[in-house]
Amino acid sequence: MIELSQVRKVFHAGRPNEHVAVAGVSLTLEAGRLTVFRGPSGSGKTTLLSLIGCMTRPTSGRIFLQGREITSLPLPFLTDLRRRTFGFIFQQFHLLAKVSVLENVMLPAYPLGESYSALKSRALSWLERLGLAAKAAAKVEWLSGGEAQRVAIARALINGPQVLIADEPTAHLDSHLSQEFMALMADFKTAGTTILIASHDPLVHEAVAVDRVVDLRDGRLVSPESRIC
Amino acid sequence: MARRLHKQRYLLDFALSSLWRRKGKNLALLGVYSLLVFVLASVLFFTQALKREAALVLAASPELIVQKLAAGRHDLIPAAYAERLREIRGVSRVSGRLWGYYYDARVRANYTVMAPEEVAVPEQAVLVGAGIARGRHLSRGSTLTFQGYDGTPRAFQVRGVLSPESELLTADLVLMAAADVRRLFGLAEGLYTDLTVAVNNPREVATVAAKIQELLPDTRPILRDEIRRTYEAAFDWRAGILLSVFSGALLAFLIFAWDKAAGLSAEERREIGILKAMGWETGEVLQLKFWEGAVVSLTAFFMGTLAAYLHVFVAAAPLLAPVLQGWSVLYPRFRLTPFIGLFEVAILFFFTVVPYTAATIVPTWRAAGLEPDQVMRS
Repeated sequence: MIELSQVRKVFHAGRPNEHVAVAGVSLTLEAGRLTVFRGPSGSGKTTLLSLIGCMTRPTSGRIFLQGREITSLPLPFLTDLRRRTFGFIFQQFHLLAKVSVLENVMLPAYPLGESYSALKSRALSWLERLGLAAKAAAKVEWLSGGEAQRVAIARALINGPQVLIADEPTAHLDSHLSQEFMALMADFKTAGTTILIASHDPLVHEAVAVDRVVDLRDGRLVSPESRIC
Repeated sequence: MARRLHKQRYLLDFALSSLWRRKGKNLALLGVYSLLVFVLASVLFFTQALKREAALVLAASPELIVQKLAAGRHDLIPAAYAERLREIRGVSRVSGRLWGYYYDARVRANYTVMAPEEVAVPEQAVLVGAGIARGRHLSRGSTLTFQGYDGTPRAFQVRGVLSPESELLTADLVLMAAADVRRLFGLAEGLYTDLTVAVNNPREVATVAAKIQELLPDTRPILRDEIRRTYEAAFDWRAGILLSVFSGALLAFLIFAWDKAAGLSAEERREIGILKAMGWETGEVLQLKFWEGAVVSLTAFFMGTLAAYLHVFVAAAPLLAPVLQGWSVLYPRFRLTPFIGLFEVAILFFFTVVPYTAATIVPTWRAAGLEPDQVMRS
């Protein structure tokens, strides 16, 4: 379970270009559920996901992961927590160009130092499951948009995260691929993974697998009780 | 422990693959870097080996030479001086040497003409150094003519060419009988060019030299150590001249390397952001960049050093020899005994590998300090 208490994030604080991205959000997210954060550009969806995923610290407020307060953890602990607990799927995929599909998938696990054979076999099994086994040796720039996203998904899953975070995952996909993506997310949810998605794509927040939609605007929750599907 | 080793292996593997992804830039850098190490190491190896070679040759030369001075210039020394030197305690042997310089207008070079003590050369015959043999196209049986002090031509038959192993010091040497040296230079009997003095106890050489100076104030004792120091100073001076010539190239390389290593491209910045977003720590990104810098600089160091070794000790340093070894028009041609001073190599390593590796880490440290969420927002 993830709990946010009065979380606030301000960029460029005290400067003329100060920007309040998240303005005091309190929220409880249940484990094993699929939650979608919905809202227009600049509503604070991405920043909220960054805060939950330990990518940045809140300016004020606290975040709890399974009852443990994580906002005050020293940086190395926060990094370790991030790579063992969360898997990220970025809007632009952010795969490393000129690097093979397999190496892209394995990259997040390198700092953990497990044996090469075990890591490679796990990466290959994810690629197999996502229908990309034949492309393992291919460079990522040769892939289609849908294939690139599935590589990004395999990469997000390589360290066995409890929480999968996806930011606008269908922004570069057609309707068919978007539905395929949501079907995959439904599978992962069934397997017990908590899924948090930021999106303003109706194909995402209207998908059957979605348990909850949280509406955001100007860094705040639109209503204290977000709609539960 | 195994996890740490695996982690470093992953980082090294990924560093190699990253270098290969930017192979155009990195191969150019490696080429220039290796060339610089090659030049520096060549000068270093060559100077060191020359000094060592000279020291080995000088080890067989007299410990003490006594020359007579007349108003500060060298003068011929009477044989009677030898008798007086023999009276000094600690002196085991004194012998007179006959030698002089002869200018050969045909090859525009100075020869050192000498009557050897150990080798008997028949009259009207000579042994010549390999440099002279090359310059005058001489071989055993050829005739070599010198013009005597009185203008009379004197012909000598070449009995042999001196061994190439000693060519560093014998390239311009002509050995002939003592009587021939006297006739060629017009030296009267009872006079020598200088005297060599052998001392029983090598630790007493300086004391004996001081006694000679006291006994014969118009002479100058020259210690073997002084000659060695003169050679070393000459080689060091030449190496210094050469290095100052190359310092422009060194500076150009430093600017080039700094630009390539310190300036992270937009692509590299993006990659660092992605790695951090995926859970890499700042320290791990720095280790990755350390491996990249270390691979480039160590490869350049080893390639440059190996090429310099082959250049100096196998190919006899064709690029440096004219500047570093020549003290005459007759350049010695010889193969140096491989000798590498570990201290000098360590200095070379420190001044080439360390700055480059540091230059790759500093900008990464700045870029890697950024919060990973910037990737989310890009």
